[in-house]
Parts: sequence; C-alpha cells; structure tokens
Amino acid sequence: MLARPGTAGSAPMTADAFLALDGLTKRYADHVAVDALSLDVAQGEFISLLGPSGCGKTTTLQMIAGFVDPSGGAINLEGRDLVRVKPAQRGLGIVFQSYALFPHMTAAENVAFGLEMQKVPKAERQARVSEALALVGLSALSDRYPRRMSGGQQQRVALARALVIKPRILLLDEPLSNLDAKLREEMQIELRQLQRSLGTTTILVTHDQHEAMALSDRIVVMNAGKVEQIGRPQDVYERPATPFVANFLGKTNVFEANITREGDDVKADVGGVRCPCPRHVADSAGPVMLTVRPEKISFADQGLACRISSRVFQGTHWLFIGETPSGTATIVCQNDGVAKPEEGDAVHLAWRPEDVALRASGGGR
Amino acid sequence: MSAVVHMAPRREGAPSWLAPFLMLLPAMLLILGVVLVPLAMTALLSFHSFSSSSGISTDMSLANWAEIVADPYYMEMFLRTFRISGVVTLACCLIGAPEAYIIHRMQAPWKGIFLVITLGPLLISVVARTLGWALLFGGRNGVVNKALMDLGILSEPIPFMFTEGGVMVALTHVMMPFMVLSVWAVLQRLDPRSENAAASLGASQFTILSRIVLPQVLPGILSGAIIVFALSASSFATPAIVGGRRLKVAATLAYDEFLNTLNWPLGAAVAVLLLIAIAAIVIGCNALVEKRYSRMFQ
Amino acid sequence: MSRNGPLALIFHVLVMVFMLAPILIVCVVAFTPEGYLSLPTNGLSLRWFRAIANYPEFISAFGDSLWLAALSSVIAVGISVPAALVVARHHFPGRNILCALILSPLMIPHVVLGVAFLRFFTQIGVSGTKISLILAHVVIVLPFAFRLTLSTTTGLDRSLEQAAISLGASGATLFRRVTLPLILPGVVSGLVLAFINSFDEVTMTVFIAAPGATTLPVRMFLYIQDNIDPLVTSISAALIALTVIVMAVIEKLFGLERLLAGEGGGRS
Repeated sequence: MLARPGTAGSAPMTADAFLALDGLTKRYADHVAVDALSLDVAQGEFISLLGPSGCGKTTTLQMIAGFVDPSGGAINLEGRDLVRVKPAQRGLGIVFQSYALFPHMTAAENVAFGLEMQKVPKAERQARVSEALALVGLSALSDRYPRRMSGGQQQRVALARALVIKPRILLLDEPLSNLDAKLREEMQIELRQLQRSLGTTTILVTHDQHEAMALSDRIVVMNAGKVEQIGRPQDVYERPATPFVANFLGKTNVFEANITREGDDVKADVGGVRCPCPRHVADSAGPVMLTVRPEKISFADQGLACRISSRVFQGTHWLFIGETPSGTATIVCQNDGVAKPEEGDAVHLAWRPEDVALRASGGGR
Repeated sequence: MSAVVHMAPRREGAPSWLAPFLMLLPAMLLILGVVLVPLAMTALLSFHSFSSSSGISTDMSLANWAEIVADPYYMEMFLRTFRISGVVTLACCLIGAPEAYIIHRMQAPWKGIFLVITLGPLLISVVARTLGWALLFGGRNGVVNKALMDLGILSEPIPFMFTEGGVMVALTHVMMPFMVLSVWAVLQRLDPRSENAAASLGASQFTILSRIVLPQVLPGILSGAIIVFALSASSFATPAIVGGRRLKVAATLAYDEFLNTLNWPLGAAVAVLLLIAIAAIVIGCNALVEKRYSRMFQ
Repeated sequence: MSRNGPLALIFHVLVMVFMLAPILIVCVVAFTPEGYLSLPTNGLSLRWFRAIANYPEFISAFGDSLWLAALSSVIAVGISVPAALVVARHHFPGRNILCALILSPLMIPHVVLGVAFLRFFTQIGVSGTKISLILAHVVIVLPFAFRLTLSTTTGLDRSLEQAAISLGASGATLFRRVTLPLILPGVVSGLVLAFINSFDEVTMTVFIAAPGATTLPVRMFLYIQDNIDPLVTSISAALIALTVIVMAVIEKLFGLERLLAGEGGGRS
C-alpha cells in the first residue's frame, strides 16, 4: 500500500476495508475544504469525524453521501467505487442536524418514505415502519406531524427513518447538537446501544469532543481540511499527536521543559524539578513542551512548585488554577472528601511518567 | 460553502451545469424573446420616419426625437405627467405613511380589517375604481356634486373630469396601497420596544414620532415614493378616463399616436423617452436613498 | 400604548372614506332603477344587472379574461418554479442580472410594454391573436410568480431534499413528493397574484387587444371612453363583488394579509 500522509496513528490499511476513503479531496475556488483524507472503516465500526466548524468534516460526510462531488481521491464501499453511484442509489441512512423531517408527512409516513422509494410491498412496509418506530420508542406518535413533536422526538423519527432502509452506512451530521444537555446525554447512550445491537457501520460528524469520545470506536480529529490524528478515544485523549489535538480534546497543561539524560535515565527538567518521563517520547535532548492533562496532576510533598491562585468548586470535582515557574497550571481533583489546598497555598505538583506527552519546542502553542 | 461551481467530473455523461441551465432556459427565452427583442425593436422604430400617405419607412433619423424635444405641445404633456406624478407622490406620502402607522398601532381584529380595506383596492380593476371617481364628481350628475348643489352649497359642480386636479385625486386613490404597503413592510420590522424605551426616558408623543419612529420609517416612505412616482408617471387608464382626450399625459399620448394617429415611430419615441425619464429618476433616487441609508442597515 | 389619539382616529376615518367611497358608489349606483346615472333613491333595481345579458361581448370578454388569466398564470408559474429552484440553489455568474431580468416587466411601464408588444407582434405576424395575448400576459405576470416562488425556494432547507435523496428519491418523484409540497405556499401565492394581475391588466392589453382577442377590463375601458352609463357601472359592481369573494376565499385559505404584505410566510 502507498504511504498515506496525515494518517498518523491509524490502523494499517487493509484491502478489504468496508469503507475506504483514499486521498479524498475537495477544492473550492478559494480554499481546500478537505485535503487528501484517507481512512479505512471496518464493518460495524463507529467512527467520529471531530473538529471545529470549517474543518472539513461535514464536507467529507457530504462527499460520502454524494451531495458534494470530490475534486480528487476515491471512496470505495465494499470494494466498489461509490463516487460513480448516484446519491439516491447509495443506500446510506443520514440523520441531519436539523433532522430534515418532511413537515407534510406524519412520523410514520416519514419513516415509510425510504421503503416506498424501494417499492417495498405495503404490508411489509407497515410492519417495518412500526418496528422502526418501536425501536426508537415512538410507536405511540406514529400519526403525529413533526411540528407537533419535541426536538428529541423529531430526532428519534429521523433516526428511525434512516435506519428502516437497513443502510449500509449510517451518517450522522451533528445529530444531537440541537438538544439540551440532559437529553443529549440520554440520546448518546441510546444511540450507542442501538448502534451496537444493529451493528450498522456509523460515521458521526461532531464538534463536541465529549460526544465523539462517548460514542466512537475511533475518532478522526480534523483541522483545516487535514487529519490531525486517527485513533481510539482514549489514545487520542491520552496521547494527542499534535498540539491541536491536545487542546481540542479538553483542557491540558503545557509546561516548558528540558530533557536531560544520564545513561538510560531520561528526565524532564520542569522549572528546576526533574521529573521522570516516559522513555519512548524522549528521543532527543534539549528544550521540549511537556503536556499533561489537569486530572492527571496530583498534589504531592515534592515536585513542581505551585502557588494556588484560585479554586472553583464544580460539584463532582474541584478546579484549581496555580502559578508555577514554568507557566500556569490547571489541576482537577475528584471531590473525594479529602481536604484540598486553599487559595494562596504553596503546593507541589506531581504526575506519573506515562501521563505525560512531550514534543519539540516551537511546534504550536 | 461559497462559490459552488461544479467542476468535478460527474457520474454519468451529462455535465452538471446542464440541468440547471435547462431549468432556466424557458425564463431566459421568454425574457429575451418577448421583452428585450420587442424593446429593442421599439427603440429602433423611434428612429424611423412616418408620413400619413406612405406609412412607416425604414430610414434612420432623429426627426421624431427632435419633434418631441422642440415642440412645446409634447413638452407640456411630459411636464404635466411629471407634475401630476409629483403631487400624487407627495399626497401618498402625507396620507399613506401616517395611515400605515395608525393601522399598525391598532389592536388585533381592526388591524387586519383596515389593512385589507386599504390594500384590497389593489386587487380591484383600476377601471372600476376610476369609474367610481367619475360617478362621484362627474359633472352635474356626479353624486357629490349633485348633493352639494341640491343642498344649495354649490351653484356650479366641482370641476373634476378633464382637470389635472381630478386626475391627481383619482391617481392618489389608485397609488395609495403601494405607499401603505411599503411603509407597512418597514413597520413590521420596527421594534416596538424602541418606542417604549423612548417613552420611559420621558419623550413626549410628538418627540417619539419625530425622533424615533419617523427616522426608522423613512426608508419605507422613500421606497414607496419611488414606486408611486414611477407608476403614476406611466399610468394610463386613470388619466385616460378622468383626463379624457383633452388632458393628455405621456402614456395617453403614446396610445393616441399608436392607435388613433397611427404615427407609430412618434409614439415609440414618446414611450422610449418616458421609459428613459422614469428609469433615470428612479435610479437617481434609489442611489440617493441608498447612499443616505446604507450605513444604517448594515 | 397601542391606542391612537382622537386626531389620529379622525384622520383614519377620512382616509377610509377616501379609500372606500369610489368603490362603494359604484356598487350603489349600479342598483339604480333609472335609465341614467343616479343614486337609487326610488328603490333598488336589478335592471342594469339584467341588462348585462343583452351585451354578449361583455360576457364573452369576461370568459376570455378568465381563460387568459388562468392560462398565463399557470404558464408563468411553470416557468418560475424551475428557475426559482436554480436561482435559490446555485451561485453562478450573472445570477443577479438574471433575477433582475425576470423581474424587469415589473419595472418597465406597461405603456412601454404595450407599445413594444404591438410592434413586435405585428412584425412577427401574430398581432391580434390569442397567442400574442397569452405571451404578453405571461411576461407581465412572470415577476409575481417568480418573486413569490423564489421566497419559498430560498428558504427551503436543502437537507430536506438531501434526506429524500438518501432515501432513494430522485427526479420527478423527488420533486412531486418532497420539493413541491415544501414550496407550495409560495407557488400558490404566486399563482393567485399572477392570476389577479393578469385579470386586472388594462394598460398593456389595450395596445394589443383586437376584436377577436380582448379582455373585460379593456372592453370596459373602451366603453367608458365613449360614455359612462349604468350598464358599465353594474358590470363594475359585479366585478368588485367577484373580487371581494375571491379576497374572502384567499383570506380563508392562507391569509390575505400575508399575500399582500408578507413575503409568503417566513419559514427558514
């Protein structure tokens, strides 16, 4: 297989991937929306395309769906070129951010539409429609029009409508972003269970890293049309490949550090304190950026000196902001009943070597 | 997603611009074939010469144009046309704008009813509406004239038919809905809280009207005035019925040249001049209004 | 807060009298029992309404007007819908010019259009035919059909059609089952406004009408030019009554206020 740029951390390419995006590119007159994106998706996998708005994730979804023509690259589904297939014949289920329910049709008519297009006989159609509505828990509302439904109910109808045609791939375009926080969490759990039980290959487009992490088998982090990292949620979170990924997936601390080696013993010197660091990340000596997640930092008897400047109670945990010789630190502690430092206290910060990521200085913020 | 110009090769043979092009084709053909070509032919026609014996010749000359510009008979008609349009526009501003505001301030059922009464005449044939004015003031038999004379208030009927004043009154009635419509559109977007805010700051009713409402509504009045002026200057049925053959305006002049005198080239020149004059005034006013208000609505 | 003062109400009453007087007077005078124009002071009579039956040219002109308005508004909408869909969806060079051109019959004075049509139809040899009337009316009502259709096609959520496509709909099925129902409010408003404008048009039509191809307003106009009598008054009154009925139907169906003052329902 050819070397694929921009796929750091992705699984090795396999010729028999269920869905294969190969160098997929979309160029507009004034900018490149998607730049040589390559991705292999296994059957039954749940993939999230994660990134800020304008990063090209929606354009990628639209190219898979067939609503935007790629400027270059290939999309293969089960070994067949998908670009040559008309959008109406791709057999993909799509749930849109706006749900895109047909306002002039009832819930049942909305769900039946795809089956009608496939000329499924009426009796079978009715059975499958009620099955699909039951699946999303909306059997009671089958005769209701979309405008008389809540956002969550419309969301479920849209999901049922996409699933009832037994799509080869389910495409979700920010499907939960119009729901309030509590409902969104419920729907995430439901969506996850539904996808697991049906085994439908799913691609989710989202800008919400919590949603991506909660739902996906693998996350594709995108920025400015390029892939920053592809990997399992915990890998992407714990070992971000680029500063962008580190910052986009939650808060992180960035300290200036110096690598020192004494034989096999590699240490990162942070603010005059020598911390152990994982060997595999410390190939070179000299100045580096050390990143560590706020919840991985603990208060200890010795380590990086820090003066707590503010502390905020957030229910399940405490949030501390402190000043260290190497920069501002953010620390998150479980609210576990143990006494915590007060504002103005001088403390020491410590972390485990495996929770640290190191990068050469000057690469980003 | 700006500038979505299709460039990628598409699935099956037909290029992606073909379907949109075919969908636009009927409209383009109609406008080209039945608007632009006839207008060009009319412009050409205005340069041909005409004699009552040999009809229209195909030579090219400025004779018709020279005649219109030089002959005070024609100039008077154009002046009259724009005098009538100016007065009608002013009357519509002074009556239509306050009326739209008054209706806007009414409660639910009345608001709708009076808006429909004001705008409804738009849907009624202009011939029927102008006939009404002729019935009210047409000579000694005009209902109002007759009543006033029977009561001894008047000895002579109010001169209405075949007068400029009569044309102005009837045209004001025909044009009023366009002004109300234009002001109404702006009033709909007006935040009622800005009036409340001004009142809470101690502004009097007059101050609220002149300092808060009027400046916001002015663009609507101005665009309404442009519409009313353009439509009045080219109006035909009302001046033809009220003004008759004795009091001609540009539109009725063109009609007479075409269908009575049969001097088509001269009629074409009149029509083209009317079109140019109206277009110049409308475009000029639009530019002024936009220059003045572009900052406010950005 | 939203109450009007006494001065405003007096002003309002005067304006209402001004707006209604010429229309009401037509309806009242039409019931005169006399042989000349007068208020029906000696009781109401339908004699002038019955007299319309003796003038078959008015009745046939009414029929022709209906047909012309129906045909030209349907054709105008048929041309507008595909054009409005393309304009709403695609950004292409000359898009604004194209819109301005389609709307241009609204800006060009109808006298000028009448003159231009008369010259054009005479040159191509269809002057005085029904074809020429239909073509001319399609042109003048096209802006109404296009503008109202465009107001719904631009507000159309593209993802609705994309959802239908992803479910297997395309071509005519997509249009009939999804697109058309979604833009229907604008299409119907455009059709109604186009119909009314075609039916009421007199300025342009008076140039190209011929004895074999004319409309009711033109016939009334030519009649009034010669003499104003109770006959044309009763015809006008009947026309006003018909318009009011149509207005009531429109009000019932989708709100007259919205058709006249709104942009065809603001859905986004």
